[in-house]
Amino acid sequence: MSYSDSAKAHFAAELKSIRESGLFKEERFIESPQAARITVKYPWGAPSKEVINLCANNYLGLSSHPEVLDAARAALEVRGFGLSSVRFICGTQDIHHELEQKLTEFLGTEDTVLFPSCMEANVGLFEVMLDKDDAMIADRLVHASIVDGMRLCKAQLYNYKHSNMDHLEEKLQETQACRFRLIITDGVFSMDGDIAQLDKICDLADKYGAFVMVDDSHATGFMGRTGRGTHEHCGVVGRIDVITTTLGKALGGAAGGCVSGRAEIVEMCRQRARPYLFSNTVPPVVVAATLKVLNVISRSTDRRDKLEANTRYFREQMTRVGFDIREGIHPIVPVMLYNATLSQNVARDLYGEGIYVVGFFFPVVPQGQARIRVQISADHEREDLDKAVSAFAKVGQKYNILGKKKDEIIATYGT
Amino acid sequence: MPEDLKKMLIEYIKKEYLDEDSDQEITENTRLISGGIVDSFSMVSLKMFLEKKFQVKIPDEKATPEAFDSVNNILSLLKEFTKL
Repeated sequence: MSYSDSAKAHFAAELKSIRESGLFKEERFIESPQAARITVKYPWGAPSKEVINLCANNYLGLSSHPEVLDAARAALEVRGFGLSSVRFICGTQDIHHELEQKLTEFLGTEDTVLFPSCMEANVGLFEVMLDKDDAMIADRLVHASIVDGMRLCKAQLYNYKHSNMDHLEEKLQETQACRFRLIITDGVFSMDGDIAQLDKICDLADKYGAFVMVDDSHATGFMGRTGRGTHEHCGVVGRIDVITTTLGKALGGAAGGCVSGRAEIVEMCRQRARPYLFSNTVPPVVVAATLKVLNVISRSTDRRDKLEANTRYFREQMTRVGFDIREGIHPIVPVMLYNATLSQNVARDLYGEGIYVVGFFFPVVPQGQARIRVQISADHEREDLDKAVSAFAKVGQKYNILGKKKDEIIATYGT
Repeated sequence: MPEDLKKMLIEYIKKEYLDEDSDQEITENTRLISGGIVDSFSMVSLKMFLEKKFQVKIPDEKATPEAFDSVNNILSLLKEFTKL
């Protein structure tokens, strides 16, 4: 037997060190569909409890929308459950093609190719586009999947300080000798909910002859007046060369992602992107339901408008009761607590009050910037948000952090 | 160890990795990776800067987080590949 005692001891020690450094991730067991209110069993065997969910990426509340469920059921009957194939053998149905066309139309690009997830889109993209004579110039806070994709690519890697346009320009000047330069950014950054300055990025790209790639996973479906994404919000539709995004958040939340953009780059992904070539096709049920999602959000902006109103209300109320929240307009609302233990304690107490949130701390966010990341949904009603704010106020009072600014919280709890 | 080289590295790290309004001090012993100043992603660009500046190739197996964890560690690493 090759799984020896010493191998077992090695993995046990690794797990112990993960626990000791406070990074061990526990899963909670949800017994209901994804929604504003969910039933949770935690830990396993504990009685079930209904809580208000403030940590899902279900921004538009479409994960369990009746029309989406009907579309999924119908597709199961007429297109089956699985396809048992990658796309290029026998895994492409007419609806895959149709969804790619609809996404292209929705995002305002030239072409789109589906991936099993946006993680895989990001992992596959760069290697296909760039080689050792090229440069990748990335915002320092891009998503982990982009970092993994860049690691697989032979192009030279540069990065610029988060959202710092002067630093980006310096990097563009440093890399003038490269064949192609690709500026790489998230549209919305997942920990702070802040928005990339895509207008300025596109201007710099034009000035220096670079391409622009945006991961818009936390924006597709609701950012911008008609929900097209960060490029619509920033007024640069048609100027982004490559968008990657997910179907796993606002667009129904099941699975899948895509690369959308310049026709040749999309076609190169079809021909060469390894996560695309060697992964199973996106299941028909997901494809058909996502087509319905696009139909729902294209015929009316009601859901993104409600999300916007909910976000504004929650941000105002949390500020009113005295929390230190990162300013912004995105439904990601970081409630700043600065101290890791405090963030865990506040999250635990909120769960006791029927509010499901998660604390984030180093190394997920920089040292001394622990927070609770609240995510608002169009599925939340005023009553849900009021209950959440009251619970936050009660717990905030217990820890004496209401009305306190960063320095005062750090003075009491440290970083 | 040439003091001006140390100074140059400290200045580069301050300019490249700290925000303009940061009041954080960087010395030759400041923990860069484990202290959260340079993340593992940015470490790749730091390695590339050193390779260009000193015209060397640092093998990936030598480019560990420990080797980049302070200016002093970086200088020790560079000594293996250059005549500093």
